[in-house]
Amino acid sequence: MVTTATNKLYLYFKYLGYTLLAISALCFLTTITGGNTINPVVWGMSGIGLLILGGLIAIVCSRLPKHVAHQNNGLWQKDLTSRGISAWALGILLTGFYILLYWFPETLQGLIVALEPFSQWLRNKPSDQWFLYGTFYTLAVMLMGVYALLKYRNNRYHLIRTCSVIFFQLGFAFILPGLLLAFNQPEFYFSYFWPLKYDYLFPSTVGYLIDNGQALGVFMVFWGAVLSFLATPVLTYFYGKRWYCSWVCGCGGLAETAGDPYRHLSDKSKKAWQWEVAIIYPILGFVIITTLLLWINSWSGGSLFGDLSGGFSRSYGFFIGSIFSGVVGVGFYPIMGNRVWCRFGCPMAAYLGILQKHFSRFRITTNGGQCISCGNCSTYCEMGIDVRWYAQQGEPIIRSSCVGCGICAHVCPRGVLKLENGPREGRYHGTTLIEREAVTILS
Amino acid sequence: MQPDQHVVVIGNGIAGITLAQRLRARSDCRITIVSSESALHISRPALMYVYMGHMRQQDITPYPDWYWKEKKIELVHDLVLSIDFDQKALKLQNGAFLAYDQLVLATGSSAVYYNWPGQHLKGVQALISLQDLELMQQQTIGIKQAVIVGGGLIGIEMAEMLQSKGVEVTMLVREKLYWSTNLPEQEAKLVTQHILNCGIDLCLQDEVTEIVGDEKGNVRAVKTKSGVELPCQFTGIATGVKPNIAFLKNTALEIDKGIMVNHFFETSIPDVFAIGDCAQFKDPAPGEPALEQLWYTGRQHGEALSAILTGTRNAYHRGPWFNSAKFLNIEYQTYGFVPRHWDDLIYSSLYWEHPVKTKAIRLFYERESGILKGINLLGIRFRHDLCHHWLQEKYTIHQVMEQLPAVNFDTEFFQRYEPELLKQYYQQYPDRQEPARQHTWWKLRHRLSLFSEKSDNN
Ligand SMILES: Cc1cc2nc3c(=O)[nH]c(=O)nc-3n(C[C@H](O)[C@H](O)[C@H](O)COP(=O)(O)OP(=O)(O)OC[C@H]3O[C@@H](n4cnc5c(N)ncnc54)[C@H](O)[C@@H]3O)c2cc1C
Ligand code: SF4
Ligand code: SF4
Repeated sequence: MVTTATNKLYLYFKYLGYTLLAISALCFLTTITGGNTINPVVWGMSGIGLLILGGLIAIVCSRLPKHVAHQNNGLWQKDLTSRGISAWALGILLTGFYILLYWFPETLQGLIVALEPFSQWLRNKPSDQWFLYGTFYTLAVMLMGVYALLKYRNNRYHLIRTCSVIFFQLGFAFILPGLLLAFNQPEFYFSYFWPLKYDYLFPSTVGYLIDNGQALGVFMVFWGAVLSFLATPVLTYFYGKRWYCSWVCGCGGLAETAGDPYRHLSDKSKKAWQWEVAIIYPILGFVIITTLLLWINSWSGGSLFGDLSGGFSRSYGFFIGSIFSGVVGVGFYPIMGNRVWCRFGCPMAAYLGILQKHFSRFRITTNGGQCISCGNCSTYCEMGIDVRWYAQQGEPIIRSSCVGCGICAHVCPRGVLKLENGPREGRYHGTTLIEREAVTILS
Repeated sequence: MQPDQHVVVIGNGIAGITLAQRLRARSDCRITIVSSESALHISRPALMYVYMGHMRQQDITPYPDWYWKEKKIELVHDLVLSIDFDQKALKLQNGAFLAYDQLVLATGSSAVYYNWPGQHLKGVQALISLQDLELMQQQTIGIKQAVIVGGGLIGIEMAEMLQSKGVEVTMLVREKLYWSTNLPEQEAKLVTQHILNCGIDLCLQDEVTEIVGDEKGNVRAVKTKSGVELPCQFTGIATGVKPNIAFLKNTALEIDKGIMVNHFFETSIPDVFAIGDCAQFKDPAPGEPALEQLWYTGRQHGEALSAILTGTRNAYHRGPWFNSAKFLNIEYQTYGFVPRHWDDLIYSSLYWEHPVKTKAIRLFYERESGILKGINLLGIRFRHDLCHHWLQEKYTIHQVMEQLPAVNFDTEFFQRYEPELLKQYYQQYPDRQEPARQHTWWKLRHRLSLFSEKSDNN
């Protein structure tokens, strides 16, 4: 039994955690502004140490005393998680960080220098702004991964899934690329594929990998192509989009961990769905067409399209890569929810979504007539899917945007939802225990 | 039904809105829903989640405004003061009259109080409506202790709500164990223990005698039969519900506890029907209740009446019972009928319980025939469609055991406990053979046609 005395203890430790986090923030501030007067490595690394320690203490002491059904208590009542002033402040802080990182990296020089020894040790290369970003990104996934593990501690699906995203972020998106650099190989992320990493199948990248990586480079190109065109359709056929979006992908990994406290902020309106469809497929189309044009150009050996590759990388990279996936996608977590990029922008999500909708065994089954229309599922769907709409009619949920995070099933107080893979035949059929009606939501 | 007919529904709860929706699917008649609690239909079982901050009020509104416009279902947000059955018109609080051709009463229910001294003090309330929720939000700001009177499903919800705000909660339960009016002893014990483990205090086998106030008229304590005085700043009343029929008293309409209906939901007055919590069956089938006060039954009433109104005059037949709830962290599902105690000569059951006492399965059946009568589940989910099929088709426990592996509905990667139950079964019936082939849910679903072809999913 959780007595009041232990609850008090948890509370004191939580404040201790917050205090350490505040000191950590001061350390970072000093590192950035201190210039030559301070030792950035000492200050920066102290900041990171305190961030880890304070973060862990605060997370454990806020999650553990609450039993599982109480983990979402007050989310819509607390300022920080209901678009209050502190949420805006956090949003501006995150957005500001992205702006500095992308366009004014010199302002973050202190932090970059702070990571120099670490970068040399891991990658045998000098630290730069992207190493800084990668380090903080991975830290966020790991620390908030602990948060997710505690929050969903009674649910094995979430425990395994959370460990999986932490593993892929830490191993495949941080350590491995670092080691590759250390061994003078091309930096390569084995967990990202075309069309998300659109340039992995551009002729220029392919050429670079093969020239610079020799056998390993050839393997990388082969790996990328196989994953994009063979593994993706096959895995999506068996398991749905989720194998990638909520088990492997780094963007998804951040959304499922650091973004978890903000999942209820996704927009559920009909308008949002119309926007989603209107944006995400054109982006996929754009990536496909550009890739094709570049290959035609490269095969024809001509200067048919001139500097298209560079032009593309610059404009797409700027608008989609930086602004959309970074600034809006992560910076706006506290305002627009945690999957804005995945829902409205990601070409990989569009590709996987088409496969999921039409060529997959995946569906979310609704359990007969058990739904009480409470709305927890829709509220906590980070992709803004109105899950309740289907559940209260006893229909399976088969939506291209569903990333299979499984949170709808977890928060449902009546256990109505189950993510599962079954035969494609009769996949759309619902229960006989509720009468159904025809309404087109996407009209 | 003719397009010029006007069907008026009083009450936008699950019964009233299901009727309106299904009627619209079948007919072009004019449909108006009058309701006083909220402009749009809300999910009553979700009220607790608004209090706990999991959702906002707009999140528990299952259908947005545009939906009703698209469906051409008119909504009137007003209270019906009285009904003139001769003139076929409703008198609304705003002074207007509303004429109907067919009237459907779906007025739901309100809380039962047992005339305890002090029940009108400030801080004493029930939780049924949106207004109750708002009141509870105001009355519980900054309080330290609360007492819940009544150990039912709404009682445990109120306890959980208060606990989420850090309030110390004591539940007063008349019986020996929590909800033992409905659960067999083993299940009731398990749930009772879980409630205690979660830090909610239970005063078992005790009742309220008086609610005590302070000089300002606020509740200060609850006195019980056993002589204890429990200090509290809030008292939740959860001792049951009764149909909302006060405004129908002294009219020609036949009422008892609820509005009397036959199995076509026809009341004593032509063109007037009643469904949902407020309806009372004149001649319930043996073993079935006269009042069905559930979300699910409300929906089924609405579905059945819409068919009746449009000319398919089939008597309402509920089919196998089912219900579900949640006791803090433990989900509860029940299918068919499991009584709280039974004659061991006539009935038997297979019961399995997890050693840490958070999960249990009971399959209850007739000893002689082996026919399955009901299923109780705690912390385990079964597939409704398959359980329904078993009960509907009067499967024996032996047939059920053959299909048991297909019935689980727990999340992927969860530990499966059906083997434990099977082990017990083969111990009890050593001459039974394990089936050569395991049935998967998908095969059974296909073979038994447990799906509806229709799909509007787009
Ligand atoms: C807190 C709580 C939790 C619950 N949880 C569950 C659950 O988990 N599972 C379950 O199966 N059941 C549950 N129930 C029961 C379930 O909610 C009811 O059985 C169901 O809502 C009844 O639906 P209904 O349409 O008959 O009436 P209601 O939903 O009560 O709707 C009736 C409406 O009619 C309006 N009305 C009444 N009189 C008038 C009038 N004169 N003029 C205008 N309007 C009027 C009322 O204001 C009300 O809005 C719960 C109930 C409560 C209170
Ligand atoms: S529908 Fe459920 S599983 Fe799919 S994205 Fe939404 S919450 Fe996750
Ligand atoms: S959370 Fe469950 S009960 Fe609530 S609306 Fe969704 S499916 Fe229905």
